[in-house]
Amino acid sequence: MSIRKEMLLLARDAGGIVILFVMPMILLLAVTMVQSGSFDSLLGSRMEVLLVDNDGGDIAKRIQEDFSEDENLSLVTILDGKPIEESVAKQLVHEGVYQLAIVLPQNLSKDLHVHVKQNVDKILAEFDFSADSTVAKPRAVVAKEIKLYFDPATQASFKTAVKMSIDKMVSNIESQSIYSTFQNELGESDHTHFQEQQFISFKEVTDAEDDVKTIPTAAQHNVPAWALFAIFFIVVPLSINIVKEKSQGTMVRLRTSPTSYALFLCGKTVSYVLISLIQFYLMLLVGIYVFPYIGLHPFLVEGQFFLLSLIALFSGLAAVGLGILIGTIASTQEQSAPFGATLTVVLAAFGGVWVPVFLMPSIMQKLAVLSPMNWGLGAFYDVLLRQGGLTSIFPAIILLFSFFVLTLLIAVTYDKKKKTI
Amino acid sequence: MSEAVIHIDKLSKKYRGADSFALESLSLDIFRGEVFGLLGPNGAGKTTLISILCGLISPSYGSFTIQGFSYGKSATQLKASIGIVPQDFALYPSLTAKENLMYFGAMYGLKGRHLSTDVDHALESLGLTAHSNKRVETFSGGMKRRVNLLAAVLHKPAVLFLDEPTVGVDVHSKKAIMDYLQRLNENGTTIVYTSHHLMEAQEFCTRVGIIESGQLWRIGTPDSLISSIPGAKSLEDVFIDLTGKGFRDV
Repeated sequence: MSIRKEMLLLARDAGGIVILFVMPMILLLAVTMVQSGSFDSLLGSRMEVLLVDNDGGDIAKRIQEDFSEDENLSLVTILDGKPIEESVAKQLVHEGVYQLAIVLPQNLSKDLHVHVKQNVDKILAEFDFSADSTVAKPRAVVAKEIKLYFDPATQASFKTAVKMSIDKMVSNIESQSIYSTFQNELGESDHTHFQEQQFISFKEVTDAEDDVKTIPTAAQHNVPAWALFAIFFIVVPLSINIVKEKSQGTMVRLRTSPTSYALFLCGKTVSYVLISLIQFYLMLLVGIYVFPYIGLHPFLVEGQFFLLSLIALFSGLAAVGLGILIGTIASTQEQSAPFGATLTVVLAAFGGVWVPVFLMPSIMQKLAVLSPMNWGLGAFYDVLLRQGGLTSIFPAIILLFSFFVLTLLIAVTYDKKKKTI
Repeated sequence: MSEAVIHIDKLSKKYRGADSFALESLSLDIFRGEVFGLLGPNGAGKTTLISILCGLISPSYGSFTIQGFSYGKSATQLKASIGIVPQDFALYPSLTAKENLMYFGAMYGLKGRHLSTDVDHALESLGLTAHSNKRVETFSGGMKRRVNLLAAVLHKPAVLFLDEPTVGVDVHSKKAIMDYLQRLNENGTTIVYTSHHLMEAQEFCTRVGIIESGQLWRIGTPDSLISSIPGAKSLEDVFIDLTGKGFRDV
């Protein structure tokens, strides 16, 4: 009867349904789209980058060619029918109209060729490969600098990625220039002598048992992380629900009835764990069916449905325990709602929902193990990304269940103590 | 005289951090079939006494039994033998009247078709059948008061505690509630009643206790209390004479 009552109360609270079921799905979609959109060509959007070409040589052309092949960045070289000047580019980036401007210095191509040719001539002269072993005195060539203007609001990770990308592009141009100069000096027109492709590359090998290959996409990270966040956000409506029972007087009826407080809490626990499981399955459905529909990688369950459900169940229990504790201690909704929401966000931050734990400062890494969301998230990753089984998630399940029992015990003890005021 | 349903022995309550006792060594017997009015100004200790008897707070000293049961060993039996009608509407606004009553009935161990039939009868007895499947949030104050009362009596308690059962209701609802309580009492339910409506208490109660500063100052039938004060014509005169004319909640 208690479960039926809770379900009826929820079913008749449209706002509550939106908070519990719709908002987490919107959050999951938004976060995954934003994260995928950072460097993917999601939804066909390309970031425009200003190019100030003071060089006018072939390097500028190469850069333009390379950028034209990039799915995420497109170069803008002309504004209002005129080539862009550095001062204009600087101002536009500073104002945030564009996030990046690349300024090529004067004589970049010319001086690079001179610099490379001088080095090649010197080497060939030392080995006497050239018919004419006398090398003209080298002209002093000043090292060149490509300037990058970033919008002050851009994040460090974006800057690093762009700098690495341009650095690689420039290195390729330099090395190709060296190869070309060698071939010219050796009188070879056949380009097959020097393979310009990278000789050393890297291959990503993920550790997985039984040779099962699961590619760790954003979906595999985000679905469990944000599902867990949604499960713990149940703390807010649950604590409000308990405070409401106290303020509207129904708690007086319940506490004067022969039904024990533990049984009353049991009814709430079963109801809200059911709700948290429904939330979880809705998030899975979004990951499996909606993600591919909007161009994101699908969430892959790969026969791990039972283990994922088990983790969700115990995470739900931990969240319900916390919600009951907050609801028992708080006297008003003004106390329980902001406190519950803030605590959930803090636990998510500590738990690695937003920033992976290994990227956190060492003190935060130590604190992370105190967050139940960290236990749940670790268990999800064990199953989804490390192909772990029941034994690998068992410690996390024990921790989550202990957290539930502990919070419930504190709530019941506090409630008893309050009777002796 | 019939047996004491409620036996209170030197009950005291001092809230943590308070300078004085909210209840001080209060002893009282309430007998089966009585309608006992607990009257007193704000802050006199009425709510503290009712809260202790209903098990919502613990006493600092003293003891009591209801139907021979105490909260220590026989809490479940004690709780099953009492009903409480709080002054607030202790109902779920988004549930219908019937859903509310079904839920509160289940909390007292009632179930199945028997519970459903009892709920239907209860709603009929206070003229709420036509509204049984409407949400309580759509009800008038008087209708809410009637559902609030029914939620406390579904399990047929031996003792019913009423805290201002008719406050804020119109004449018709008030009459329906008082008639219903009268019938309950005639069927053997002992009623403990607190109210600021002294005329209502004078007509309804078989015995009255006037409580002030946590102590029981006077106890007796309304008539005996009125006759004990020279010139008093009503319980209100007795009340003013005993407790004074000054404000108590400033």
